[in-house]
Amino acid sequence: MTAPVLPASLVENPRLDRWIKFESDRTVRIATGKVEMGQGIVTAIGQIAAEELDVPLDRVAVLSGNTTYGPDELYTTSSLSVDVSGGSVRLVCAEVRAKALDRAALRLNCSRDELSVVHGKFLQNGAATGQDYWTVAAEIDLTQAVTGTAPAKQVASYKVVGQSVPRVDLPAKMSGAAFVHDVLPPDVLHARTLRQPNRGATLASLDEAAIRKAAKGELQIVREVNFVAFVSPVEGVAQAAAVAAPLHAKWNNLRQLVREQQEAAWLKGRPSDDRHIGAPPSATSPGNLVQATFSRPYIAHASLAPSCALAEFRDGHLTVRSHGQGMHPLRKNLADVLGLPIESITAQHLHGAGCYGHNGADDAALDAALVAMRLPGKCIRLMWRREEEFGFEPVGPAMLVTLHVDLDARGRPADWTTEIWSPTHVQRPGAGTGFLLAAEALANPPPEVAPFDPTEQRGGGGTRNAVPLYDVPAHRIVHHLVMRPPVRTSALRGLGALPNVYAIESMIDDLAARMGEDPVAYRLSILSESRARRLVELVAERAGWESRGAGGAGKGLGIGFARYKNRAAYAAVVAAVTVEETVRVDRIWCVADAGLVVNPDGARNQLEGGIVQAVSWTLKEQVRLDDQGIASRDWDSYPILRFSEIPEMQVEFVEANGNPALGVGECTVGPTAAAIGNAVHHALGVRLRDMPLTRERILAALA
Amino acid sequence: MNITLTVNGEARSVGAAESTSLLEVLRNHLGLMGTRYGCGLEQCGCCMVLVDDQPAYACTRELGTVAGRKVTTIEGLGSEARPHPLQQAFLDEQAGQCGYCLSGILISAKALLDRNPDPSRAEIVAALDKHLCRCGAHQRILRAVERAAVTLRSGAAA
Repeated sequence: MTAPVLPASLVENPRLDRWIKFESDRTVRIATGKVEMGQGIVTAIGQIAAEELDVPLDRVAVLSGNTTYGPDELYTTSSLSVDVSGGSVRLVCAEVRAKALDRAALRLNCSRDELSVVHGKFLQNGAATGQDYWTVAAEIDLTQAVTGTAPAKQVASYKVVGQSVPRVDLPAKMSGAAFVHDVLPPDVLHARTLRQPNRGATLASLDEAAIRKAAKGELQIVREVNFVAFVSPVEGVAQAAAVAAPLHAKWNNLRQLVREQQEAAWLKGRPSDDRHIGAPPSATSPGNLVQATFSRPYIAHASLAPSCALAEFRDGHLTVRSHGQGMHPLRKNLADVLGLPIESITAQHLHGAGCYGHNGADDAALDAALVAMRLPGKCIRLMWRREEEFGFEPVGPAMLVTLHVDLDARGRPADWTTEIWSPTHVQRPGAGTGFLLAAEALANPPPEVAPFDPTEQRGGGGTRNAVPLYDVPAHRIVHHLVMRPPVRTSALRGLGALPNVYAIESMIDDLAARMGEDPVAYRLSILSESRARRLVELVAERAGWESRGAGGAGKGLGIGFARYKNRAAYAAVVAAVTVEETVRVDRIWCVADAGLVVNPDGARNQLEGGIVQAVSWTLKEQVRLDDQGIASRDWDSYPILRFSEIPEMQVEFVEANGNPALGVGECTVGPTAAAIGNAVHHALGVRLRDMPLTRERILAALA
Repeated sequence: MNITLTVNGEARSVGAAESTSLLEVLRNHLGLMGTRYGCGLEQCGCCMVLVDDQPAYACTRELGTVAGRKVTTIEGLGSEARPHPLQQAFLDEQAGQCGYCLSGILISAKALLDRNPDPSRAEIVAALDKHLCRCGAHQRILRAVERAAVTLRSGAAA
C-alpha cells in the first residue's frame, strides 16, 4: 500500500500535538496556522474538527495563528484555508479519534468495533462506558507524526459539516473589545510613525521642538536612521505628534512621480520581465483576428481599520500581537530585520478589520517591534493613521489586458492569446522578494525587488484566470511583469482574476454580438465542462434571461462566468444595471459550485461580500497619485460602495454531488465585474473597456 | 480638571483635557472598547455613539462638549450574555464579516428605531448611509435592522 499524500501543512507540521490538545476543562484545542479575517475560517475549522471527533462544537476551541503552539501554514491566502488547513485538521482528528478508541478498547477489554463516539463520550454497543477523549488523553502519544492512514468519515454521514453555524467570533465584535486595536494593557505606550516618503529618501532634518509643541504632552521620539516613531502614554499626544510631523521633516532624495503613472495605460512599454506560457506562437497567420484592450487601475484594500500591532521586548524576548495573515512568516521576517534568533520571537494573531489581502498589518508589526526594541520592558501599541494606511499599504496592481482572438469559420475562438501588463501581485515579506516596509528606512535596506509573481502552479498572479475555461483549441499567455511600478503592489482578493475575467467575458459577449447570437447561448456552444454549463444555465434561469430584451435603453442585463484559478469554486453571475450618467447595479444573481460547503451561510456571506467589493471596484475605485506618491488618502478621495448603492442580491450554491470542497472566498469577484461590464454594454450599446466605469467614461463613450 | 458625564446610565468623572476626543476618553479612560477608530474624519462611522440620544462621531467630538450630557455606546445597548434585540437580530442574520463597522452601525440603527419604530427599507438605508462596510455585509445588515424593528415593535405591543 502506498503512503497517502498528505496536505502540505501536514508535511511541514507532522506532529499531532501541533494541531490538537485535550484540555483539562474538557474542551479540545484545535490549532490552525490560518487566521480569521471575517471570512469565518475559525468557525469552519471548528466544524471540521467537531465532525471528525464527534464532539460538540462548543467543546472545540480553535487556536489560530500562534507561533508557540500552532502549525506553520504560511499565509492565509488564495481561498485555500478550508482545503489545506481544514483537510489537515480532518486527517489529524480522524487519526486521534482512532488512537483514542484504541486506548478505550484496551481499558474496556473490548474490540474497537464495539465502540462509538457520541458527544465526545465513548459508548460500547450503545451503552455508556465512563470513558471519553479526556479520560484516555494522557495515554495518547500526540508527539507522533500523523500518518494520514486513519479513515476519515464518509461525507454522507456528516452532521456538523454542511450545516450553517453562527460565527463564533461575531458576538464579541458586536458588543465590545474584539480586535488587536482593543488590547490596552496597563502602562501601555501608544506609538505612531513618521513614514519615509519613498524608498531611498533620507531624513535631512526633523524639528523635534516643533513636534513636541504640537503634541502637547509627554512624548518620546524614537529615531533609527530614517524610521521615526512618536511614543506617549496618551494616545492623542502620539497622534498629534504624527499629524504634525510631516510639516517639520525635511527629506532628501524624494522621488517625483507624474500623474500618468496612476493609469494602467502607463504600464505598456515599461521595462518588464516577459514570460510566454501555453501554446507556441501560432504557425498560421490569423484569418479573422479580433483584438481588444481592457484595464483596471491600482486599487486599495481600504480596510476599515488602520493597521495596528502590539509589541513588547522583555528579557531578550520579543512578543508581537498582530492581525497579519501569517504569524510564522511574520516571526521569521521580524527575526531577519531585527537580527534576533527566531526562538526569541513569539507572534500571536489577534483579529483586525477585514483585509482582503496584503495590507499594512505586517508592516505595522515591524514598526511596533522597532519601538519595543528601543524601549525594553514596555508594551507598545502602534497604530497607523488613516492616511498612512491609504498612503503606504501595498495596493492591488493596475493591469492592462489585450486579447488577440482568431476566430474559426463559425465565429468561435480558434486561437487565443491573453497579453498582460502588470506589476507583481505578491510582495508578501518572505514570500518571493517582498519585505517589511520599515526595513527600507533602516541602515541596511533590503535589495531592490527582483521580478517575481506567483507561478502558474500556484494559480498565477497577473496571469490568474488568464486562460478562458471555454473550448479553445489553442491558447497562450504573454505576461509582461512590469518591474518598477510607481507604488508598492501586492496581493488583493483574486489577484489578476478580476481584470482577466472582465476582459475574457467582455470579449465573449462581443464575439456573440458579432455572430448575432445570444450571449448565454454563445457561451454554451463553446463550454463543454458539465459543472460550468450547469451554472451558466441555472443563473440565466434565475435571472429570467429568456425575457432579456434588445437593450440599449439604459437598462441592461449581463452575464459573467469563471472558475476561480480554473481550479477552485465556479461562479456564474448575472447583473441588472440602470445607466444614466452613472451606473447603478440594481440586482445580482449568483450561482456557485464549491463542491462540499462546510458552513453554507458563512460561505454565502463570502459570495455576497465578494460581489459587493467587485461592484465597488468596477464602478468607483482608483488609487490616485500625486508627485510624491498615493494622494487618495481618505474616504472622500477614495470612495467605496455605500448602503444606498448596494444591489439586491440572490446567491446560492448548487448541491455538492459528491465533489470535494473548493475555495470560495474569491470566486465571485471576476464574474461580477464582467457581468456589470456586459450589462452596461447591453444598456448602452457601447463597450467600456477601462475600469472603473465612471460618469466621465460613460459620457465619453456616448459622445 | 475632571469632567463629569453620564455614560451608559452611569455618572463618570474623567480627568482629561477638554480637547481630548470622546473616542479616546471612552476607550482609553473608561475601557469601553466597542467604539472604534476608523478615520478620525467623520467619514466612516466606526466611532458612532449617542450623545443625548442623537448619533455623534466620537472621533471628533471633544470631551468638553459632552460635560453633563448622556453618552450611549455599544456596551450600553447590551452584552454578549444579554444582547439588545438589535444585536440579537444582527447575530440571527449573521450580519457582518470582520465586524469592525458593526458597533457604529448598531448605534445609528438604535437611534433610527427609537425615533421611527417601523422604518421602510429606504429609511434604513438613509440612516446607515454615512457608515462604511468594506466586507459587503450591507444586505444582511439591512435585513437585521428590519428584523430588530419587528422584535421591538412586538415587545412594545406586549
